[in-house]
Amino acid sequence: MENIEIIDQKDTRSGFGAGLAELGDTNPNVVGLCADLIGSLKMDAFKAAHPKRFFQTGIAEANMIGMAAGLTIGGKIPFTGTFANFSTGRVYDQIRQSVAYSNKNVKICASHAGLTLGEDGATHQILEDIGLMKMLPNMVVISPCDYNQTKAATIAIADYVGPVYLRFGRPKVPNFTAPDQKFVIGKADMLSEGTDVSIFATGHLVWKAIEAGRALVEKGISAEIINVHTIKPLDEKAVLDSVRKTKCVVTAEEHMMNGGLGDSIAQLLARKLPTPLEMVAVNDTFGQSGKGEELLTKYNINTPNIIAAAEKVIARK
Amino acid sequence: MEIEALKSISSQVRRDIIRMVTAVQSGHPGGSLGCADFLTCLFFDVMKLDPNDFKMDGVGEDLFFLSNGHISPVLYSVLAHRGYFDKSELATFRKLGSRLQGHPSTDKGLPGIRMASGSLGQGLSVGLGAAQAKKLNGDDRIIYTLHGDGELQEGQIWEAAMYAAGNKVDNIISTIDYNHKQIDGDIDDVLPLGDLRLKWQAFGWDVLEMDGHNHAEILSTLAKAKEMTGNGKPIMIIMTTAMGKGVDFMEGTHKWHGSPPSLEQEQIALGQLKETLGDY
Repeated sequence: MENIEIIDQKDTRSGFGAGLAELGDTNPNVVGLCADLIGSLKMDAFKAAHPKRFFQTGIAEANMIGMAAGLTIGGKIPFTGTFANFSTGRVYDQIRQSVAYSNKNVKICASHAGLTLGEDGATHQILEDIGLMKMLPNMVVISPCDYNQTKAATIAIADYVGPVYLRFGRPKVPNFTAPDQKFVIGKADMLSEGTDVSIFATGHLVWKAIEAGRALVEKGISAEIINVHTIKPLDEKAVLDSVRKTKCVVTAEEHMMNGGLGDSIAQLLARKLPTPLEMVAVNDTFGQSGKGEELLTKYNINTPNIIAAAEKVIARK
Repeated sequence: MEIEALKSISSQVRRDIIRMVTAVQSGHPGGSLGCADFLTCLFFDVMKLDPNDFKMDGVGEDLFFLSNGHISPVLYSVLAHRGYFDKSELATFRKLGSRLQGHPSTDKGLPGIRMASGSLGQGLSVGLGAAQAKKLNGDDRIIYTLHGDGELQEGQIWEAAMYAAGNKVDNIISTIDYNHKQIDGDIDDVLPLGDLRLKWQAFGWDVLEMDGHNHAEILSTLAKAKEMTGNGKPIMIIMTTAMGKGVDFMEGTHKWHGSPPSLEQEQIALGQLKETLGDY
């Protein structure tokens, strides 16, 4: 944990844009679709370099998803881009029938997920998207933690055949994973080994978990920090191996408690290794306008909440 | 193909539809009967297909997407007689483990099906994506889609309509099964569609009309539509049909949209439909 350093501050959506641009040059089958949010999704570079392989659908997300499914017939690998809310809830049935059930090779790439898009408020702050997507058979759900990992994940999912939901966000956040990393779908990243508590985090909350882990060291607590960038398929072995050692668990995510990472880990542990568990997640409420950091604090999913959850769950052992 | 030969196939397809839905007491005979002539013409005369070597990507072939998936019986029968799979498999329709799901699906690998459908309004978007893939691949074959008229009440259809014209997707020929009926009754009583020709023209499509039970007219209209492809506009054919066509007591009413005949009614219906290719 002490050797994890911030390289710079970058938004994860720019990692997606960079990954897509690279794919544009390396994989001729990759095509892009966007529903009037090219700038927000950072798809400009791909579009500029490959205008014929880019489809601006206008503010018509249902048509975008259907077209993406159709483009796979003929061997294309479509990457759709819009906000997470419009990538999932708005088009759930289109994804369910034309992508997941039909098992089409569509990559649904979703920015502005969670609370940290900030001032736009609850209409745009989807906190249910991981749950919606992980419930669909055939769907892989990925939630990378920083710019470098989002870029690596974007490139990696082009080589995976099947539907993928890739979740990322708007704000600039610490970029701390390796720029040359190889992203392996379904393989959790051990960030720091520990013995007293396992902290499983995803997305923006991974950095918060590292901050919490450092604070816990000061309190004499050894936390194991694991970045679960793939919610589905869950790296069950990584979870069970860690929990057998620490015997208590904290999960942390910028998502609703229902349906998120914590929910997946709780299900696994209930079946295979019942263990005290605390979830740092939004508890059955909508968000509101505000700054990202303010919102993480308001909804009890910031660094101090992870620290408190760790102390609480250790006491439950 | 000769018109009489096409009519003969359509008759057998209608027999199959009646027998399939009666056998499981489930399914949608009305719209299936209404589209038997159209799908026969499309699959046996118009489209370039490779039924003996089905490939999902369909490169070099014309592709068909059934957007109103509930009329799966007519598609399954046509696919079987065209050689995609043995007609004996029609006996498994809607039964546990069958590749012939209630609504078409890809997950059990039935040759001829490239996309699940059933939840309405999605097939035009899928067709547009496939059409754009053909253009990217330099593949000059055509995408065909079929839609129910009630299905046009779905908003996604109009998203796709706008996209197709705005982006000059001119390698797609779509058809509306205009029987003026939907499950709850006459379309005008449920939610009127207004002037369909004017609506599609206003959205930037070239529009043709045809009698969906006149094989010669279907062939000539589809030939005309094909000539119109490549001219910068998508093509819509408004096809007038009668729900339940071919069986007197089922014709022209919405009551058989999603209801199967009884065994007794089945015999009456089959008495009106000549067995031409051998029942499955």
